[in-house]
Amino acid sequence: MKAQHIKDDWLYTISAKHSLLDLNFKEIWRYRDLLFLFVKRDIITVYKQTILGPLWYVIQPLFTSVIFTLIFNNLGQIQTGSVPPFLFNLAGITAWNYFKECLTGTSNTFTKNQNIFGKVYFPRVIMPISVTISNLLKFGIQLAIFFCFYIFYAIKGDTMGFNANLALFPVYIMMMALLGLGLGMIISSMTTKYRDLTVLVGFGVQLLMYVSAVPYPVSEAKLKFPDYVVPLVEYNPLTQIIEGFRYMLLNTGSFNWYGFLYTLLVSVIVFFIGLIIFNRTEKRFIDTV
Amino acid sequence: MSDIILQVNNISKQYRLGLIGTGTITHDLNRWWSRVRGKEDPYLKIGDSNDRSTKGDSDYVWALKDINFEVKRGEVLGIIGKNGAGKSTLLKILSRVTSPTTGEIKSKGRIASLLEVGTGFHPEMTGRENIYLNGAILGMTKAEIKQKEQEIIEFSGCERYIDTPVKRYSSGMRVRLAFAVAAHLEPDILVVDEVLAVGDAEFQKKAIGKMQDISQGDGRTVLFVSHNMAAVKSLCTRAIVLEHGKVVFEGDVNRSIDYYLKLDISNTLKNHKVFLNDEFSSKELVIQSFGVKSKNKSFNDPLHMNNQIEFEVSYNKLNKDSKIDTTIQIKDSKGNFILTTGSGIVKNLDNSKKIGEMKSRVCFDSDFFNSGDFYVNLLFVKNRKEVVLRLDDIISFVVLDREKDLGTWMGKSSAPLKINLDWKLDYDF
Repeated sequence: MKAQHIKDDWLYTISAKHSLLDLNFKEIWRYRDLLFLFVKRDIITVYKQTILGPLWYVIQPLFTSVIFTLIFNNLGQIQTGSVPPFLFNLAGITAWNYFKECLTGTSNTFTKNQNIFGKVYFPRVIMPISVTISNLLKFGIQLAIFFCFYIFYAIKGDTMGFNANLALFPVYIMMMALLGLGLGMIISSMTTKYRDLTVLVGFGVQLLMYVSAVPYPVSEAKLKFPDYVVPLVEYNPLTQIIEGFRYMLLNTGSFNWYGFLYTLLVSVIVFFIGLIIFNRTEKRFIDTV
Repeated sequence: MSDIILQVNNISKQYRLGLIGTGTITHDLNRWWSRVRGKEDPYLKIGDSNDRSTKGDSDYVWALKDINFEVKRGEVLGIIGKNGAGKSTLLKILSRVTSPTTGEIKSKGRIASLLEVGTGFHPEMTGRENIYLNGAILGMTKAEIKQKEQEIIEFSGCERYIDTPVKRYSSGMRVRLAFAVAAHLEPDILVVDEVLAVGDAEFQKKAIGKMQDISQGDGRTVLFVSHNMAAVKSLCTRAIVLEHGKVVFEGDVNRSIDYYLKLDISNTLKNHKVFLNDEFSSKELVIQSFGVKSKNKSFNDPLHMNNQIEFEVSYNKLNKDSKIDTTIQIKDSKGNFILTTGSGIVKNLDNSKKIGEMKSRVCFDSDFFNSGDFYVNLLFVKNRKEVVLRLDDIISFVVLDREKDLGTWMGKSSAPLKINLDWKLDYDF
C-alpha cells in the first residue's frame, strides 16, 4: 500500500520510451514567459545596427511586386480583372511572405539552436512558435503598406472592395501559420540527421510560390496551364489561402466553403504531424545533429 | 525511503562512433525493420565500454552503462571521474537535453541544470534584457525574475553597464552576469557542471560561497560535477565515482575522492617499479626497485603539492673499488627537462668499498613541484665519470593540487615547479 503511494508521487520520468503523442501542454504553458521573451528578442534584435531598420520589411515586397507586375502582367499579359495588377501582386506577396517566413524561420530550428538546446532543457516547441508569432509583426507592417496602396488606388478610382469574407481574416492568418509552422517543424526534424533537405528548402519555397497562385489568379491557371498541372494548383492548400486572401480584400477571384474547409483541415493535420515528429526528434537530436 | 527525490534506474547511453554519412542510413533501415517486426534494436546488443585510449572492435560504445543511484532530498551529491568517464553524458540525461538509450530516471522535483553559464545570451540585448531572457531559459517565470532582478544585478557587480548591450561587455563581465542569474535559480534539484571555473579569484570565492549557501542554507538538492576536489569536498556530503561509464564507487565524499585519486594514478602512470629477474643490470649493479612517494607514506598514496616527495632506489652493487652514484632527471609532461640531481657531489657518500644491496634516497621539500605529471630518468654513474646504466622514463608520477582551503585561487600557474623559498622583505620606516 505504501509502496504504491510512493510510486504515484513522481513528478516526472525521464526514459527512452515515448508514446506517439506525448505532448506536455501543461509544461508549455508553464514556459509561456519564455515564449514572449523570445518573441521580444526576435523583434528588437533583427534590425539592430541597420540604418533603414524595419523599412527593409517594406522594400522587399514592394520591389517584388514591381518585378511581378512588369513580367507577368506587362510582358505575360495575365489579366487581373478590375484590380490594378500591382495591388493584386502585392496582396499575394504579403500573404505569401508570412507563410514563407514561418516556414524558413522554423525549418532550421534544431540546427540553428543546437548550442542552446545542448545545454538547457525547455519545451523545444517554444522556439518555432515564437518565430511564428514574431513574424506577425513583419506581416502587420507589410499589410499596412498594402493598405496604403489600397487607399491610393481607391482614391484614383479603381473598383475593388472588401467583402463579408473579411470576417475570416484571422482564420486565414492561422492557417498560414499552422502550415508554415507544421512544414517547418517537419523539415527541421528531418534535417537533424540528414542535411539534404536544407538545400531543398531555399529553392523549394521559391518553386512552391509559383504553383500557389501568387502572381496569377486561379482562373487564369485553369485556362492556360496544361491539364496535369491544374490539380497541382487547385488542390494546393496555399492556393486556396492566397486566392481567399485576395478575394476578401480585393473582391476578385473565387471562393467556396469546400475549398476553405479543406484548407483548414489540411493545415491542422500538417501542424499536428509536424508537432508529433518534432516531439520525437527533440529528445535525441542532440546526439545526431 | 520516502525522502528520495531522484531515482536513477539502469540508465545506459549508447553512441555511435565515427561520421554520420551514407553508412548510417543502412543502420537506420535495419533498426526500423526490426522494430516493424517487433524485435529488439539489433545495435543495442553490441558495443564496447567507453575507454577512449584503447581501440575497440565495435562502432558503438556505451558512454554510460547501467547507472543506478538515488539522491535524497537536501543532499549535495558530487559526481567525479576522469575526462570521458561519462559525467557530462549523465548530466545531459538528467537535465533532459538528451534521452537515455535504456533505463529511466524518476524525479519528484523540477530539475534545472547549469551545464554552461550564459546560455542564450544575445549580444545585441542589454544586460537587463538578458537577465530576463536567460532566467526564462533556465526555467524561471517573469515574476520570479522581476522579484530578484535587483539582487542579481548587485551580485553580478555590473550595475553600471546593465543597460548597455552585452556585446560591449568584457568576457569576464558577461560570465559574472550569467552566473548571477544562474545562482538565483530556485529549482527543487539543481544540476551543476564545472561552472565555477570562471572569472577571477574574487569572483570564484563569491561563486563558491553562493553555492554553499544554496546547498547548506536553503537545503536544496544539488548534483555537482567537478574536477576541483577542493570544491567537491567542501560542498558535497556524498559522491559517486564514474569510470568508463560505470559507477565504480559510491559513498562518503572523502572516501570517494581518495578512491578517485588512486584511480587516476594506478590507471595512467606508474610511480613505483620493482624489477625482478635482473631485468636491468650492468657489470656493476642490478637494479631492484625504483619509486617515488610521499614521505612516510606508501607508494599507493596520492602525492599532493604540500607533501614531501621522496625518491627511493634499491640496487645490488656487484663490484668493489668502484664508486656508484645515482642521478635522477625529471621531465615535465611536455618532455622538457626541469631538473637533475645526483648523489655524486655529496660528500661522505662513498660506497666504493662495499658490495651488496643498498638503498639510495632523496627527498624534495613540500611545495616544490607544481601539480601535474612528471617523468623520471634514472642514471647510475661509476666513479663520477661513466654512465653504467641509464633508464629513460622509467617511472612517472602525478602531483595533485594541495588539499587547500576553499576560496583561494583555483587556477593553475603554468610552471612545473612552485618552490617555497625564504623570502625577505626590507623596508625603511
